[in-house]
Amino acid sequence: MNFSILRASVLIGIVCLATTSCDRPSAPIVVQHGYRGLAMGLVYSSNQVAALQAANVVPPAPPLADPDGPAATSVYKNIQVLTDLNVAQFTRVMLAITEWVAPKDQSCAYCHSGADMSSDDNYRKVVARTMLRMVRSLNTDWKSHVGATGVTCYTCHRGHAVPLYVWYKDPGPTSNFPNAGWKAGQNAPSPPVLITSLPNDPFSEYLSDNPKEIRVIANSVLPTSGEKGNIKQTEETYGLMMHFSGALGVNCTYCHNSRSFTSWDASTPQRATAWYGIRMVRDLNVHYLEPLTSVFPDNRKGPLGDVAKIKCGSCHQGVYKPMFGVSMLKDYPELAGSLHPAMATEPAPAAGK
Amino acid sequence: MAEYQNIFSRVQVRSPVYAGTPLPAGVWKRQGKGGFSYWLGWFGDAQIGPIYLGTLGLASLLCGFIAFEIVGLNMLASVNWNPIQFIRQLPWLALEPPAESNGLHIPPLNQGGWWLMAGFFMTTSVVLWWARMYRRARALGMGTHVAWAFASAIWLMVVLGFIRPLLMGSWGEAVPFGIFPHLDWVAAFSIRYGNLFYCPFHMLSIAFLYGSTLLFAMHAGTILACSRFGVDRELDQITDRGTGAERAALFWRWTMGFNATVESIHRWAWWFAVLCPLVGGIGILLTGTVVDNWFLWSVKHGVAPSYPQVFPTVVDPSTLPGAPR
Repeated sequence: MNFSILRASVLIGIVCLATTSCDRPSAPIVVQHGYRGLAMGLVYSSNQVAALQAANVVPPAPPLADPDGPAATSVYKNIQVLTDLNVAQFTRVMLAITEWVAPKDQSCAYCHSGADMSSDDNYRKVVARTMLRMVRSLNTDWKSHVGATGVTCYTCHRGHAVPLYVWYKDPGPTSNFPNAGWKAGQNAPSPPVLITSLPNDPFSEYLSDNPKEIRVIANSVLPTSGEKGNIKQTEETYGLMMHFSGALGVNCTYCHNSRSFTSWDASTPQRATAWYGIRMVRDLNVHYLEPLTSVFPDNRKGPLGDVAKIKCGSCHQGVYKPMFGVSMLKDYPELAGSLHPAMATEPAPAAGK
Repeated sequence: MAEYQNIFSRVQVRSPVYAGTPLPAGVWKRQGKGGFSYWLGWFGDAQIGPIYLGTLGLASLLCGFIAFEIVGLNMLASVNWNPIQFIRQLPWLALEPPAESNGLHIPPLNQGGWWLMAGFFMTTSVVLWWARMYRRARALGMGTHVAWAFASAIWLMVVLGFIRPLLMGSWGEAVPFGIFPHLDWVAAFSIRYGNLFYCPFHMLSIAFLYGSTLLFAMHAGTILACSRFGVDRELDQITDRGTGAERAALFWRWTMGFNATVESIHRWAWWFAVLCPLVGGIGILLTGTVVDNWFLWSVKHGVAPSYPQVFPTVVDPSTLPGAPR
């Protein structure tokens, strides 16, 4: 009998060892985000939070420019967007862009070709102009999403000429066998949907022109006639939500009460912010990025010939608020105003040429 | 005295190979002579075989093999016949049902046609196996309880893959064959219909599922605990006092004042197990056909409580004037 007890204790020991060796990577941090007892908790890993905090530090800003001085347009030629700035403010923005976007060894020459700084020969300068228009429009017209915090070039670029988190249309896995192996756009480990087997490309469907309907859940007890979401559409919406989750580093309960994903009265205020965010991303993709298709060279385009477009992760980069909510815009008032409100709703004219 | 106080059976009862009771007249005989496996004896009877294959068994295995091959080869084709990627991505791979827009038409082979065929052969295989179980039980002069319990599981399977898609008017409503993909389907199904946890049949199914594990633990624990008195080998437990079985009964009578009998405990277990997929299947069948949002259904019928608001009122922005689309 003692022999059995001994053997049982050894077994228990092995089980304990086995479970501790696959321990959690770090202590979870759980933040209550709703009424108690409803599992409305935001779960973070302390390791990841520390890494994100280190990666999301706002770079120091130079002192603000003297508001007095000659208008930039009176000194420089071919200024189309930053027409309201004086020379000091204009130079400050150019230096900031150089630091945030241009590769270190190329500096001004990354966008400006030759000695004539006003020349539009370099496609990058044309792109940059559209991006400035976009940032100003975003900070003015999409306060519903970005609030007073706003964004700057750095929010997406972070020192990279091409932001790290952009998307192109996904041609999907290629099959060289026509009679079997249909994947229906899913069933492969796909990074945009966090390595799940959900539909692989949520961006083309939802974050561009003619977006699919995200809402798939019935709003009535009994089935009604007419169009409504089916299971496959639900999987597509689910895939998009997985991107949100990964891009913001949050779980579903940041926006939803999972007892009823569709009920607004059970949702958190963040869901409304996200709703505007979806519309904002669509607007910017359709009105600023896609019109640049003829401007970008082919090596900057995706496998289907489309330009880089934005998604939630472009700005958020794993954090619920980009840069943990620290506003860079207050250091760069030059990027705040939209002097061309009409531009926000129609394709940027620079895009064609 | 033999001991059964371990996680596996330490005692192997060995007798000469026994072919079983004589079969009624028929075409098939039991195959094999039978032998012993020491290792399998740790978990069950050490005698392996002879086995009765029969017409139904053979047909079932054949259909099952066809279904297995259709699914597996489609998965292999989906990774361009690369065996390494097949192993690496196996949990993600699937044979997908046709698009919803296909309705109940016969889809093209590589857009759901294979799925329809795999489903047909799998269902046929399972139903043939059911008939085999029924016939084997009858051949031994047994009741058909096992076959009917199996039928309950088949009911759930057929509701998910055939009856409900039929009622919804699209094969696309059915479950894909794949490890992660079928789990994604389950999650999407619950989300689409407003949270399946608010479906009362789902609630019942969970109660029977958890109840089954509870009964299983209680019964198995009780019998193992009395194996030192030979309860598992008793023939005279009904009449004799002081046996292992009587102690098993007394344990529960003294613990909770009421006890099952040697027979009734198995009725409890059988019904709990059978009702789990039976009511679950009813829940699936009603979802989308009769009820479109189980959460709202629960609110309407006073099942789902409401909780205090801790956030400022959140309004659907799409309902606000001038909202972007």
